[in-house]
Amino acid sequence: MNIKLNGADHTLSDDASVTTLVTHITGRTLDTKGQAADGRKIGVAVARNSEVVPRSQWAATALAEGDELEIVTAVQGG
Amino acid sequence: MTAASTQTASTQTDALVIDGVEFGSRLIMGTGGAPSLDGLGAALLASGTELTTVAMRRYTPTETGSLFQLLVDHGIRVLPNTAGCFTAKDAVMTAELAREALETDWVKLEVIADEHTLLPDAVELVDATEKLVDRGFKVFAYTNDDPVLALRLENLGATAVMPLGAPIGTGLGILNPHNIELIVSRASVPVVLDAGIGTASDAALAMELGCDAVLLATAVTRAQNPVQMGEAFKHAVIAGRLAKQAGRIPRREHALASSAMEGRAEFL
Repeated sequence: MNIKLNGADHTLSDDASVTTLVTHITGRTLDTKGQAADGRKIGVAVARNSEVVPRSQWAATALAEGDELEIVTAVQGG
Repeated sequence: MTAASTQTASTQTDALVIDGVEFGSRLIMGTGGAPSLDGLGAALLASGTELTTVAMRRYTPTETGSLFQLLVDHGIRVLPNTAGCFTAKDAVMTAELAREALETDWVKLEVIADEHTLLPDAVELVDATEKLVDRGFKVFAYTNDDPVLALRLENLGATAVMPLGAPIGTGLGILNPHNIELIVSRASVPVVLDAGIGTASDAALAMELGCDAVLLATAVTRAQNPVQMGEAFKHAVIAGRLAKQAGRIPRREHALASSAMEGRAEFL
């Protein structure tokens, strides 16, 4: 399927969930609660079609064709 | 909450308490403007800060090193901000993302009016404070140096109010010390002087005016020697706090001799 990720086109397998996407982008393995398997904080948040998806829901949230995803993290500022 | 720092006995017993969390340092740092993550880390350590702001932006896989991890590694608590938001709606969304990403309900609320002045938009700020407090956020409201607005934000449930000394990044210092003093005198939540600080004496003045803490970024990150400037601010905040507590002498119109006139030797 085709989605938008942070404003750019992106292709994913049809059964992809938010967990699939976050793992793909960050290269980190996630547990079912959305925490990184290596025990270090992953420090990202996901919005799907302008709604925040809590990390506890990442695994259960299937993506759909045309979804608009934003993945954000902490950067220097303020 | 101890980022490497040495403290005197007088400051150890004088913790800054925000939302039940104690901080030994009254210097809150921002992270904007630093050319490298390594340099930033060294400056933050030199400043002794225990609380530091970050912005939320799109994740880019090519990033080298994570700012969040750097702060976690140094035991510095993270305070996400809503920098770049012009509306309450954007600020609320950014705060929600920050809460998810960084697992904190603390947020430095910044709702600016335009890119030219970067001044807070009072109407959107009030609206956003109300919405975020409703959603369980601990709001650190970045505000104009307006005593009326500051009190209103507190009454809406802000955890701390953060009046500006001068517009962001200007380094002009505290343009209206009288207003800052007035805000402090009426506040029952912590008052943090935020923005406009240029050099160490500005931070000392903020503390002498009675502020509970000082927040700055550019003055350190864009200084010629950020590590040395970070250390300068560490001492300035401590000095200003001590001076405030010690009680300054009143200002006088005329000189007052500190040496007695009696008992002077006489010369022919």
